Amino acid sequence: MTAQTAPAPVKEPEHSAPEKRSWWRDDASESMRRNLGLVGVLIALIVVGIITKPDLYSDGAWVRSNIFTILELASVIGVVTVGMTFVIIGGGIDLSVGAIIALAGVWSTTLATQDLGPGGMIFCALAVGIGVGVVNGILISYGRLVAFIATLAMLVAARGLAAQLSDKQTQVSNSDFINGLAANDFLGVPVLVYILAAVVAAGWVLLNRTTFGRRTVAVGGNPEAARLAGINVKRHTLLLYALSGLCCGIAAIMLTSQANSAQAAMANLYELDAIAAAIIGGTLLSGGRGTIIGSLLGVLVFSTITNLFAINNLSTEVQNMVKGGIIVAAVLVQQVQFKSLSQFFAKNNKITTS
Amino acid sequence: MTETTEDQSAEVVLRLTDVVKTFPGVRALDGVQLEVRAGEVHCLLGQNGAGKSTLIKVLAGVHRPDEGQIEWLGQDFAPANPQAAMKAGIATIYQELDLVEDLSVSENAFLGHEPRAFGFVRRGFMARHTREILGKLGHAEIPPSRLVRSLPAAGKQVVSMARALSHDARLIIMDEPSAVLAHDEVANLFRIIRGLTAQGIAVIYISHRLEEIREIGDRVTVLKDGRTTAANLPARSTPTRDLVSRMTGRTIEYVFPEPVPAVSGAEELLRVEGLTRSGEFADVSLTVHSGEIVGIAGLVGSGRSELLETIFGARRSEAGTVRMAGKVLRPGSVSAAVRAGLGMAPEERKSQALLLGEPIYRNVTLSTFSEYARAGFTNAGREIDEANRIADQLDLRPRDVRRAVRTLSGGNQQKVVVGRWLLGDTRLLLLDEPTRGVDVGARAELYQVIRDLAAQGVGVLLVSSEVPEVLGLADRVLVMREGRMVHEAPAGQIDEDTVLDLVMAGSLQVEEVTI
Repeated sequence: MTAQTAPAPVKEPEHSAPEKRSWWRDDASESMRRNLGLVGVLIALIVVGIITKPDLYSDGAWVRSNIFTILELASVIGVVTVGMTFVIIGGGIDLSVGAIIALAGVWSTTLATQDLGPGGMIFCALAVGIGVGVVNGILISYGRLVAFIATLAMLVAARGLAAQLSDKQTQVSNSDFINGLAANDFLGVPVLVYILAAVVAAGWVLLNRTTFGRRTVAVGGNPEAARLAGINVKRHTLLLYALSGLCCGIAAIMLTSQANSAQAAMANLYELDAIAAAIIGGTLLSGGRGTIIGSLLGVLVFSTITNLFAINNLSTEVQNMVKGGIIVAAVLVQQVQFKSLSQFFAKNNKITTS
Repeated sequence: MTETTEDQSAEVVLRLTDVVKTFPGVRALDGVQLEVRAGEVHCLLGQNGAGKSTLIKVLAGVHRPDEGQIEWLGQDFAPANPQAAMKAGIATIYQELDLVEDLSVSENAFLGHEPRAFGFVRRGFMARHTREILGKLGHAEIPPSRLVRSLPAAGKQVVSMARALSHDARLIIMDEPSAVLAHDEVANLFRIIRGLTAQGIAVIYISHRLEEIREIGDRVTVLKDGRTTAANLPARSTPTRDLVSRMTGRTIEYVFPEPVPAVSGAEELLRVEGLTRSGEFADVSLTVHSGEIVGIAGLVGSGRSELLETIFGARRSEAGTVRMAGKVLRPGSVSAAVRAGLGMAPEERKSQALLLGEPIYRNVTLSTFSEYARAGFTNAGREIDEANRIADQLDLRPRDVRRAVRTLSGGNQQKVVVGRWLLGDTRLLLLDEPTRGVDVGARAELYQVIRDLAAQGVGVLLVSSEVPEVLGLADRVLVMREGRMVHEAPAGQIDEDTVLDLVMAGSLQVEEVTI
């Protein structure tokens, strides 16, 4: 400890004027670089589409409608993924999203609820989503259950309740307003795409511009530090699951309108799609890092692949295999990036810390 | 007790000559000499940071020395990894026992070198052998098939020793083995150690408790700042004063700012009365006044960090009250403490205080960002301005508050943690080991920061295991030992040796004990 090999603090006027670093190397732009990578993947997928189906892509009207097809395909899962991204950044996981959608969808299409009109149905779906999310949150933050276990239990239970409520029947929606959400366009753009855009925009603002978002990053990045800084970690964790539930409520309405009906088996395995999209979008599964834009790109990559296989008349089996490969590849690529970065910091630490 | 162990003719099994180990920025070992004979209990004594842990890790094959010679059983010894050291006959029992809780006693004892036949573990043989070893350790009553999880701390320690013996260890290193034990269990530990040494096994024993060293030790080697300052002192007859002075004789230059005479009649900020958490600390009372620095000296495990966290509400007290400016704080509520004007820089900077990947400014404003927010929307501009102000005030380097905290040195990271509390209306700052892992230059700066804060009327309650730091910085010194406050004195009226005596023995009488 006596001999200091580290250079003594040099009192140079390096303060006041922070060195200009290119945005490319900036820490804040690390996620932007990752997102650009995903945009690259998207472009590559479209190029593959153009190569395999040049006849279709030469038709401008088809291209336009196909873009909306992809976006509509992405809309429901995209909304769920926004909520999931918050939960994962906050250090948790929500395996029950698919089941919440099913329960909210079924509950809002019971005859009793449908009597209340579209407003009542929407309110019901959102309330059920938030309600189930709050139960998840209470179990996890105050009941001290591991998020994985609590939401796994909810996955089973909520679908069971949905089956009970619907008596295992498909419940047809008689509301023209609800059904019209999926069928109608506004200014040439499908209504569902507007909903997706609104949720993504709200999610982005919430994460990046509000105290709620800041707390989410703090709670997920270092819960102990957040707690010792005076942040109410438990309450915030609860709110995160409620938010995820709210997104599921919205998704339930969208999905109901797409099918004109709801049933207990709807939104099957959506939790896996949402988690996968968030992860390839760069959200750290251990929490503390992630972006809404990245998650959206992750969803778009998946729906573009689905679309690509559909226009080429390939089976969903092959499609699933490719999706699995993409998840692995995306995480591997990020790990390599992260590893070299952490190596860089490890070196840096050796020089700067005592 | 003094059977063969004082025998000068006993074979030297381990000899270290001028061993040096450098970590970036720190010379952890700077010329260590050590000589251990077969069948002796050799005690290592030294303050925190003296290099004991590094030395253990060098012997255990975790670190490789940069310079110097290690001779083991007459041959050069350079274990490539812990397994190699174990195979060579050097076993280490760490403070945090490295047992697999969900395996049985015998499986733990033979972990990594299970007796095998045709690829199958010979369970019967293993159990028999384990029973044999446990018998040797005087604990035949522990069934080899029992899960380690179900054993008490003392039992786990026995299993660790059984593992060492299953390797036919000829040297067992014990890092503060008594720290996890109750008083009567220590006697049992000593019985086991005596049994081991009677079989010619050498033991390196590390403890902060002088009375233990006197009871079990044969010879003592004292380390200070990575150097051997005294080798092979007789454990029983060396006066406490000698041991203590060899542990403390200054080489680190602590540069403390000039003390500011405390304002008399300053307002009382913090009053703690009868605070208790069973197993951690009991019946602690103290006060801190505005502008006063109160230092708590105590060893790791004396309950000092737990005390600070309890005052701050991060742990819930079982009895007693914490008053801030006369108002009782709700127990177990950090936010109540923060609202009342308390701030804390916890012991583990990285795991308890910082978001390493986030920018400096967000770390500085972690407890205040919602105050700058308007209707829930964060105000990044204001946050950056405030963080810049703090960076100027604390001379943070580099000054760019948008950088990730991870890229800062330890001292500057600590400034970020302290700076966080300068932003709010913090009137009392709890500092737990504020200079751990901080280099000398940054230390002096942190001391200045702490003094400046006190001069502005902030009360400071400081915990440090470095006694000179407590004495140099604090206006008033409290000594904590095994969960209790054992002494209180103005900083000018107590010296380092006295504090160390109190910290280790709890009474000033120990120096008279010479056997």
